[in-house]
Amino acid sequence: MSTVTDKTPASAPPGKNGAGGGDGLLQLMLDGMRRNMRQYGMLMALGLIVALFAVWTDGDLLLPRNVSNLVLQNSYILILAIGMMLVIISGHIDLSVGSLTAFVGSMAAVFMVRNDLPWPVAVVLCLAVGAIAGAVQGWFIAYGGIPSFIVTLAGMLTFRGLTEIFLEGQTLGPFPRGLQKVANGFMPEVGPETNYHNLTLLLGLALIALVVLQEVRDRRRQKEFDLDVLPAKLFLLKLVALASAVLVVTMLLASYKGAPIVLLILGVLLVGFGYMMRNAVIGRHIYAIGGNLPAAKLSGVRDKKVTFLVFLNMGMLAALAGLVFAARFNAASPKAGLNFELEAIAAAFIGGASMAGGVGTVLGAIIGGLVLGVLNNGMNLVGVGTDWQQVIKGLVLLAAVGFDVWNKRKVGS
Amino acid sequence: MAGPVLEMRSIVKTFPGVKALSDVSLTVQRGEVHAICGENGAGKSTLMKVLSGVHPHGTYEGEILFEEEVCRFKDIRASEQHGIVIIHQELALVPYLSIAENIFLGNEHATRGFINWNETLRHATELLRRVGLDEHPETRVADIGVGKQQLVEIAKALSKKVKLLILDEPTAALNDEDSGKLLDLILQLKEQGITAIIISHKLNEIRRVADSVTILRDGRTIETLDVKAPETSEDRIISGMVGRDLEHRFPERTPHHPEEGTAPALEIRNWTVHHPIDQQRKVVDDVSLTVRRGEIVGIAGLMGAGRTELAMSVFGRTYGRHAGGTVLKDGKEIRTKTVPEAVGHGIAYVTEDRKHYGLNLIDTINRNISLSALGKVAKRGVVDEHQERQVAEGFRKSMNIKAPTVFEPVGKLSGGNQQKVVLSKWIFAGPDVLILDEPTRGIDVGAKYEIYTVIDRLAAEGKAVVFISSELPELLGMCDRIYTMAAGRLTGEFSRAEASQESLMRQMTKDKEVSR
Repeated sequence: MSTVTDKTPASAPPGKNGAGGGDGLLQLMLDGMRRNMRQYGMLMALGLIVALFAVWTDGDLLLPRNVSNLVLQNSYILILAIGMMLVIISGHIDLSVGSLTAFVGSMAAVFMVRNDLPWPVAVVLCLAVGAIAGAVQGWFIAYGGIPSFIVTLAGMLTFRGLTEIFLEGQTLGPFPRGLQKVANGFMPEVGPETNYHNLTLLLGLALIALVVLQEVRDRRRQKEFDLDVLPAKLFLLKLVALASAVLVVTMLLASYKGAPIVLLILGVLLVGFGYMMRNAVIGRHIYAIGGNLPAAKLSGVRDKKVTFLVFLNMGMLAALAGLVFAARFNAASPKAGLNFELEAIAAAFIGGASMAGGVGTVLGAIIGGLVLGVLNNGMNLVGVGTDWQQVIKGLVLLAAVGFDVWNKRKVGS
Repeated sequence: MAGPVLEMRSIVKTFPGVKALSDVSLTVQRGEVHAICGENGAGKSTLMKVLSGVHPHGTYEGEILFEEEVCRFKDIRASEQHGIVIIHQELALVPYLSIAENIFLGNEHATRGFINWNETLRHATELLRRVGLDEHPETRVADIGVGKQQLVEIAKALSKKVKLLILDEPTAALNDEDSGKLLDLILQLKEQGITAIIISHKLNEIRRVADSVTILRDGRTIETLDVKAPETSEDRIISGMVGRDLEHRFPERTPHHPEEGTAPALEIRNWTVHHPIDQQRKVVDDVSLTVRRGEIVGIAGLMGAGRTELAMSVFGRTYGRHAGGTVLKDGKEIRTKTVPEAVGHGIAYVTEDRKHYGLNLIDTINRNISLSALGKVAKRGVVDEHQERQVAEGFRKSMNIKAPTVFEPVGKLSGGNQQKVVLSKWIFAGPDVLILDEPTRGIDVGAKYEIYTVIDRLAAEGKAVVFISSELPELLGMCDRIYTMAAGRLTGEFSRAEASQESLMRQMTKDKEVSR
């Protein structure tokens, strides 16, 4: 996958292309960055925040144990942010995901704690419940023509209420060990004793190989179609940058207990949904209905079906987040998932979504979610109270979107 | 005339990367109607934005003198205080407020923040009488037609004690009747001493109302002509706009004479459509027509004749409530109840309103072109981006879309280039029948010629083309056959030889009074 530097900076004037001198290279990189200002901007902001807290916490932030923790702590918000990004790109909003997360958690407890169903069966059932809940809301929005804000606001109240009814106001647990292992555990230890986690290392190397292979294949295809490609030097630089980024994270994780299983799930979701939004027909249709609904309709896009599916998908991801959350705390609580919808929405907007729809990427949602996550984690380590954390996160959201608006105005459209 | 009321000297305006105005000077005499024309992107609108303070003083070079006084407007309010009022192409009215509320929006008759309704209504009534609009001032703006809305804009300008009225393509969205009224009003206001600048693509309009015309090209003033002088012909103005002598405004085409016997590519029989809200009203009433392969068939009609409604209701029932009628493709009856069905049967509809119904303005050229036929560049639901890009590059070259790359957002292109993207999109879908709804609206002469060439080429390739247009000369120049519509009904059919502006117009205005 080549998600960050996806747009080939084809703006390079044809004359300069072959030369590949130092000057031209720099120019090309700057051009590419200007093109994807929002993504690079947020990536740099994330880097800055990480660096800031790394210094502030005397390096505690980047301790392998803490990186693992960070992933686990934020996994449910990141899962929700992926779905939310799709919803917002399609020009809608979903306020119900926090309540739905809690509702599915309560269903999980009902299935596994009260009725002793085997956990894999319960997981499938829970995902189905989420999908149905999402589908019902999606039906009202797409076919009933009721604004998503209203439908999901109703959903937010309804699901929260149902959660309390199912749990009778109590906290219910514990969950079977198998599920706990998936939500809290790490990949198994195999092979000879090294100082690192072998499987994680292997996985990291495989990922690097995959990235390189994909990039090379992409480049060959571009040449096949007679399109401009990055000059060889810059292409190499890009490969090295991508590979080393993956390597750093891999080493960090491998020097503790290895990669959390939830991280793998997240990785699959990121790659899968990222690929879908960029390359699949349905992804294009989601961008099209968010960008200009009447034009999409007149182009033959089945807008109602697409909207319906987007909400069905959101429901399923909310169910996944609910399972991970419940299993992590080993209990279903009526107060679970409070304000998750707002965190997910904030993550999407920090990551480059637009109120009007039609804009945004899945990677952006993850970056936005990580910005919030690192802020949370870092501020906890430094000892900032939750009161001030809220204030700071609010200001970061305002600043991120404000920067984007200012940047657009400066470019002049 | 007492000398110039306005002088703009050597105006230079640059946007990041683009020089929109490189050296424009404009002199407008007191009490005249001064037309400005030029191709899209020539800098007309930018110049007017500089004048009205949309681009504030300091963001451009050069000097503006209004009534012998140097002006440095910092915003629109400042220019309005001097009596310069601009009416934009897209009207700036709030649909759910009344006419009176709109007229005095931002300029209310109020004491200590509370509106004086009696004074508001009295003044509004007076202004409406002045512009000749017979509506109650408390009517909602949403409930009156575009032509009347335009008059409300002018009333609003009058309320600001306008001395110089700037109209940016005021008749672009109006039918001939409303256009005529508006032009009369401009002449009437001129009698009352109001100077007007009118930006227009329509040369007959310029000849009718303007005293002089300034031609812009590529951000420069080319010349100012006296419209009343005998040597200022339409061709003279056009050659100034495009910088070359335009001998032919339409491509040379050999009229198509379809062979008898074969079934027409598209046939519509007894098609009737009701208004989506007012379901008693027939918007399209028992229309039957045919188009053969290789043929360009025009549909002429005034605004409200039901041409767009006919096309959109056939194309996937995207307008109105269908009441009856059948569609036949190559002699066989087909279902076109949804857009995918219509596209599947090889029908394409290129909208008259490209910004709202044709393009995703925030998306790139390549993604807009592929949208209606993504399947062609996708395998098993996955789009091949490289192939898609190659397709788009192909259209960029063959359609002469002026953009550095196909990754440019279409919102940044000029109107003519946007239209070429919409056309590319539907050509890529590979239809047999193309319904083109006002394909040259709001685009400049040069781009028009390019679009005509494309249409001609499509017909030569054997596609059936339905050409809906309000500009009779272009229908006469391009079509093999022309239908006329009035008030939802087909009122005539003309071969290329029989058709003339007069004969078409007679049928287009037929029955209008009777059916009301």
